[in-house]
Amino acid sequence: MDVHDRLPQEQGEAAAPSDQDTPGTPRAQAGIGRRRFLGYILAAPTLAVAAQLGEAAAGTTPAHAANASLPELSKLFDLNDMLTDAALPTAGLITIHVHADGTASFALPRAEVGQGITTSTAMLIAEELDLPLDRIRVTLADARPELLFNQLTGGSNTTISTYTPIRVAAAIARKRLLEAAADLLGAEISTLTSKAGVITAPNGRSATYGSLAEKAASRKTVRVAADLKPRSDFSVIGTARNRVDALESVTGRKKFAMDLHVPGASPAMVCRPPTINGTVRSVRNLAAVRAMPGVTDVATISTGVAVRARTFGQCIDAVRALQVVWGPGTAEGASDETVLRELKAAEIPLAVPRLDPLAKTVEGSFTFHFASNSALEPNCAVADVRSDRAEIWAALKSPIVAQEAIAAKLGLLPGAVTVHVTEGGGSFGRKLFSDAALEAAEISKAMGKPVKLMWHRTDEFRQGRTHPMATSRVRATYALGKVLTYEQRHTSVSTDFGHGLGEIITASAAKLPVGDLTFSETIFTLTQQSPYDLGVTTQLLNEVDKGFNTGSMRNIYSPNVRCAQELIIDRLADETGKDRLRFRRQLIKDDRARAVLDKVAELGDWGRKLPAGVAQGIAVHPEYHGVVAVLAEIDCRPETTGRHLPDACTGPRVTKAVCAVDVGLAINPKGLEAQMMGGIMDGIAITLTSGLHLKDGRFLEGSWDNYFYTRQWNAPPELTIVVMPPTSGKPGGAGELAVGAASAAVACAYGAATGTMPTTFPVNHSGPLGFEPLPTVPPIPQSPTDGLDRAY
Amino acid sequence: MPEHTFILNGKPVTADVEDDVRLLWVLRDVLGVTGPKYGCGLGVCQACTSHINGKAFNPCSVPIRNVRPDDEITTIEGLPATVGKDLHPMQEAWLEYDVAQCGYCQPGQIMAAVAKVKQARAAGHEITEADLDEIRNVCRCGTYHRIREAIMEGAKHF
Repeated sequence: MDVHDRLPQEQGEAAAPSDQDTPGTPRAQAGIGRRRFLGYILAAPTLAVAAQLGEAAAGTTPAHAANASLPELSKLFDLNDMLTDAALPTAGLITIHVHADGTASFALPRAEVGQGITTSTAMLIAEELDLPLDRIRVTLADARPELLFNQLTGGSNTTISTYTPIRVAAAIARKRLLEAAADLLGAEISTLTSKAGVITAPNGRSATYGSLAEKAASRKTVRVAADLKPRSDFSVIGTARNRVDALESVTGRKKFAMDLHVPGASPAMVCRPPTINGTVRSVRNLAAVRAMPGVTDVATISTGVAVRARTFGQCIDAVRALQVVWGPGTAEGASDETVLRELKAAEIPLAVPRLDPLAKTVEGSFTFHFASNSALEPNCAVADVRSDRAEIWAALKSPIVAQEAIAAKLGLLPGAVTVHVTEGGGSFGRKLFSDAALEAAEISKAMGKPVKLMWHRTDEFRQGRTHPMATSRVRATYALGKVLTYEQRHTSVSTDFGHGLGEIITASAAKLPVGDLTFSETIFTLTQQSPYDLGVTTQLLNEVDKGFNTGSMRNIYSPNVRCAQELIIDRLADETGKDRLRFRRQLIKDDRARAVLDKVAELGDWGRKLPAGVAQGIAVHPEYHGVVAVLAEIDCRPETTGRHLPDACTGPRVTKAVCAVDVGLAINPKGLEAQMMGGIMDGIAITLTSGLHLKDGRFLEGSWDNYFYTRQWNAPPELTIVVMPPTSGKPGGAGELAVGAASAAVACAYGAATGTMPTTFPVNHSGPLGFEPLPTVPPIPQSPTDGLDRAY
Repeated sequence: MPEHTFILNGKPVTADVEDDVRLLWVLRDVLGVTGPKYGCGLGVCQACTSHINGKAFNPCSVPIRNVRPDDEITTIEGLPATVGKDLHPMQEAWLEYDVAQCGYCQPGQIMAAVAKVKQARAAGHEITEADLDEIRNVCRCGTYHRIREAIMEGAKHF
């Protein structure tokens, strides 16, 4: 069952009648097809309207009871349903203000980290309010504890959970403006038209929204109903729009946390241990470091030794000068080999019943190494902690959890901690956690001064969160060309869901038709759906080892689970003598999935003749009420893999990628394309080049020239992305969708080009180390001095 | 504390700061010019890419003592003025292709792109796919393909 089925339907009557339900607007008179929702006009000097976030609670019914014959639980009730559902009983109001200058503003209770939600949110408001996009300002809301679980940016859930409430608020604003205009212009509401922020009467008289903002305001808060535009009337939603912050980005005016000017907040950095989560035993030269140029403070904190200085350069000098005696960390002595042994030992045995004596078996055992979810903007936060209050600025996807954790750490009440959510320079899972905000608060308190804390890049890779190392064991059986069984045992280093998702799952898990799953198993079950009919299917998760700093990384399990499954699908196709695409088409369960698969096969010219060493791979991934297919063409010929660039990992190159995506309804197709493009670059990276090497309790990577995220020389020169026409009519999630399909398609292409199914990821992980590891003491390297010699 | 003078975005500036502090921190922490971003401080990610006398460089890798009084430093903030417009054609191309996602790397990408086009011309040709492959700037959002398209477009207009 889909959560949308349990929410008020847009078709027909949705919510209870309201106190001020005054039919009369053109939309209300439409009769059939009208969509009525409740919201509020708030007491304010100029028009302020609000709606419940989390959609209306009405219409919720319990999830179906599961039974063994149903498809995977994730089809029934996926992670997004859980996020949406958890929000229902606790939803707060979101508010749109219409100002006297004719603009509207809205503080979005989510984090913008590049995914484009400020743009898509402005589009939702523009659509219902009939106001041009450039007159709508979307900012990011401070932590609002009253929203409880409804201020989490994750699970590709933002658009799914805000699509209706934001439009409801905007529709109420428009309706209220029409009422005010009717009074002012002396005309019937039903005769008025609204366009581009101006309301016009039949006699030609008009009034701007700005001129009506005060008149439309209410002195008391009242509950009202409004109708949403039918989809056939959309003129903004579904059209390609540029980002609302594009100009600020290209001019350098966009402000990230470290660009803010907070009085007294000086740069701060932390000297971190040589091994993962090592601890400070003592510092030998505190006084000498305090006396260094620019340095104002040095203080031992829970994660290392913090320094504060006039410039970050002087912080780097101080961190490097500190002589710290370190205690052991939480992964002492661990290496890729020891963790792999631990994972292998914990794999839940495969237990396929032999259904058919003639059945043949295909098996695979895959290893996915640790990977870094570090964004380009490192962990950073500004903190100003006083004796009785604290103020924090950071890009936080879970700001309420941050606020509560910071309050607890400082011994303050949560209400005394103000948390401002800043624009983020990427997240990919990192900013679900508030590591830097917590640290900055601790440092500011220890030093008694405001600080601007930033992590060094090297620390980002070595002490920052990772996608946990995992194995996936797969066994499939087939007979007479039919797949009979499919078993997958995913075993992973524990994923930290401590950012609050866990609490949501806890809260909602009782509703699920499953009893004793742990958080991780629940999330695994909720996110892992197979697009293929593979007979009797079981996919199980086991976890080991909590010694690592982990978290989600643009998806949680999907890229690895999908990659393993698609590689096995290729094997099954080969063994049954079928074309890999045709075999997939045969097994695919859903028409939307088949349509995207067909689209990429057509545009990518599937099966075209290619030279030896060049091959195609294809994969499809359903999640978040959407589905995406990717066709990748890879060049593994020696002249390509042997390309030489200084300090670069070249290797095979994906020369062409074709992607077709169906999210049900794309609010902004251009933004969706961007998300797909990024997902493809991530997929290429995690399959071919991006991994961390663990050795003696530390990661060896320490810079972007060690950790090989996709760079221009490995970006596909040919890239086609197709946004499918609306199917479900409701927006699905987009942020993470493409990574699974892209990583799998690239892996399949690599297998086809080399003639050997890859089983270790990234595929370059077991080759010779492509760099000289940086030292661990001091923990961070000095900046180079030869910048002018490298100018071009 | 030593005084360091140079030309920043067309105007002379002076900073009182130790000799070995890298220019990136002089720009960001001392002068409050925040267009150039920190992404590594190792001359690797290129997020701080700016121009010195018209050439792309990484301020994170240049001690202030190596900057001379007549050196012209241009950050993203000063790029439009180099062509006497509100926006440089490369910025216009970035808008046309809606290149940015989070935007953190984009000032550096644009500064690199302008220099890369000029470098190709100095070598006697217009920018090629092979030149694009040499651009080292990291974009963790993965906007690489749009960057390529925008550079080819932007190069037509300056």
